Amino acid sequence: MCANHDLLPSSPSRRGFLFTLGLALSGLAATLAGIPIIGYIFGPVRGRAGQAWIELGSVGNFPEGQTRLATYENPFRVAWDGPTAKIACWVRRIGGDQFQVFAINCAHLGCPVRWFPQSRLFMCPCHGGAYYEDGSRASGPPPRGLFEYEYEIRQGQLWVRGGQLPTLAGPV
Amino acid sequence: MKKPLRSVVGWLEVRTGLAEALTPAVTHPVPRRTASWWYVFGSATLALFALQIATGICLALVYVPAADQAYQSLQYLNDQAAFGSYLRAVHFWGSNGMVLVMTLHMLQVFLFGAYKYPRELTWIAGVLLFLCTLGMAFTGQILRWDQDAYWGLGIGASIAARAPVIGSTLVHVLLGGPIIAGRTLSRFFALHVFAIPGLLIALTGLHVWLVLRLGVNEWPMPGRVVDRETYRKRYEDEVHRDGVPFFPVAARKDMVGMAVVVLAVLACAAIFGPNGPHGAPDPTVTDASPRPDFYFLSLFALLALLPPWTETVILLVGMPLAIVLLLALPLFAGTGEKSWRRRPVAVLSVILIILVVTTLAALGVTSPWSPVMDAGTALATPVAYVQGRSPLELQGALVVQNKQCRNCHSLGGDGGRRGPALDGVATRLTRDQLIRQVLQGGGNMPAYGKNLVPAEVNALVAFLETLRPSNQAPARAPVAARPMARQN
Repeated sequence: MCANHDLLPSSPSRRGFLFTLGLALSGLAATLAGIPIIGYIFGPVRGRAGQAWIELGSVGNFPEGQTRLATYENPFRVAWDGPTAKIACWVRRIGGDQFQVFAINCAHLGCPVRWFPQSRLFMCPCHGGAYYEDGSRASGPPPRGLFEYEYEIRQGQLWVRGGQLPTLAGPV
Repeated sequence: MKKPLRSVVGWLEVRTGLAEALTPAVTHPVPRRTASWWYVFGSATLALFALQIATGICLALVYVPAADQAYQSLQYLNDQAAFGSYLRAVHFWGSNGMVLVMTLHMLQVFLFGAYKYPRELTWIAGVLLFLCTLGMAFTGQILRWDQDAYWGLGIGASIAARAPVIGSTLVHVLLGGPIIAGRTLSRFFALHVFAIPGLLIALTGLHVWLVLRLGVNEWPMPGRVVDRETYRKRYEDEVHRDGVPFFPVAARKDMVGMAVVVLAVLACAAIFGPNGPHGAPDPTVTDASPRPDFYFLSLFALLALLPPWTETVILLVGMPLAIVLLLALPLFAGTGEKSWRRRPVAVLSVILIILVVTTLAALGVTSPWSPVMDAGTALATPVAYVQGRSPLELQGALVVQNKQCRNCHSLGGDGGRRGPALDGVATRLTRDQLIRQVLQGGGNMPAYGKNLVPAEVNALVAFLETLRPSNQAPARAPVAARPMARQN
């Protein structure tokens, strides 16, 4: 039957129409399938500006004149983040309610900087960047000082605003 | 025994026609001199790719691509699964081998002028294969989901963030979220086991198809210049006049080459075992010293040694430009001499690239620019430097130790190498220069003016002044400077 059908003369305009229809329908299908796929892959961009206030603990935990490591949980965590839900930062209490809270990530390429209380320097293990205790660049390849969190004291608790990986494109 | 086998093969052949279709491809004539050991690296790379697929599928049977369990599943593979540790080792050494052998293949086809007319597209597909393989190496390193993986992602994201305008978008697409976490690992898993392997298989198909269609590049002879008008006819003539069937004449060496690289990988895996995982990916553990696998050590070193102001330009303009240059090579150098004897620029470029990459990688292994983070507590002061010293000088030796000077400066061969060694420093700097250097820093040294009390500076400099061989005079202030100062 099919063969017979093919033998029937069909007008060029009908063949042309079917070909165009096939192209158009395939294009439509590809577009409709493609939009959600592209949207899905680029989905994380939508949360780009997302930040949240996070409690780092009582102000009393941070002695004046010292810099200490504080850790918090990523406010945008998912259930399967495991240890990577944790984030560390360096809290410097200058005195009273005066604080500086630094991201742990080096401003050069994001490696974890370490605080040396004796020499009052932050040093990076990757490419040797060094920062003074106020976070300003001391030496090495970093193009700027350490990334600093916005902070607030609320009822004796230290809060910082964070949730993003600090990079040159979007500090904290 | 033979008869039933033959009838089964015959039964299949009647239906599939595969032997009829493939025999001409397998036995096609190739130029006699190409049945050479120089021509085995391509098939050796393919053999390692097959090994990677086989071991990769096996590892995926156990590996859990979830951030909270990936590390434990790797430990299970290492410690409990039958052959788990060995298969991880084979996959790791296989990846090293694949990058290495593929690089050799690339160097060989470059030096033999194989990218010239009409094989331009073969070269372009090859460059894309090389990039995909490096992509596999980077994503594979992330799947190890240890400290190096976590901070390696930090480095990757920080590089992406330097792109103007789209930096932040790139970071979020790369990480699958605002920060390195569970969604990041899933993303890299999908890239490593689905997306990039798919591309690799498709490009390998194209690459091999082009080799079959255009023929294996002939052995280059000085003076036999590639010309678009005459090349193909000359090649066909040569192959028909003096060709040998690819199988078995050339394939014999390929088979040996394939077996040798696979055996080498198996041996390395047996001797050296798997790599890591090193330390759980807990970003609150701050004593990490992240290092990439060897294929990215040269890039890691470059980022430490480049003047900071050139970094972004080299990363965002230089590297893409290098890739475009590599891809476009056959389009602007598609004809002319093939023999390396008549291509001095090509040979010099290869030597230069090899020297640069290996020197940088070797520096990456020792990372002399990285501070030795535990020098202050872990290293002993050489006895010779404290014997017979005054109490003040001994106080100074303590300052050197306690203020982490040795994170960057070595003493008696131990310590960091970011700054100059302190042995013999008194022959180079006067007391005044030492004080100025300590207080104000400079020349890539932080200023310690705010971090040392005057008594500490005094003791430190007193100690540093003792650091010179007894047969060498202490440094003296430049004499020419004094009369000028008086004039002022």
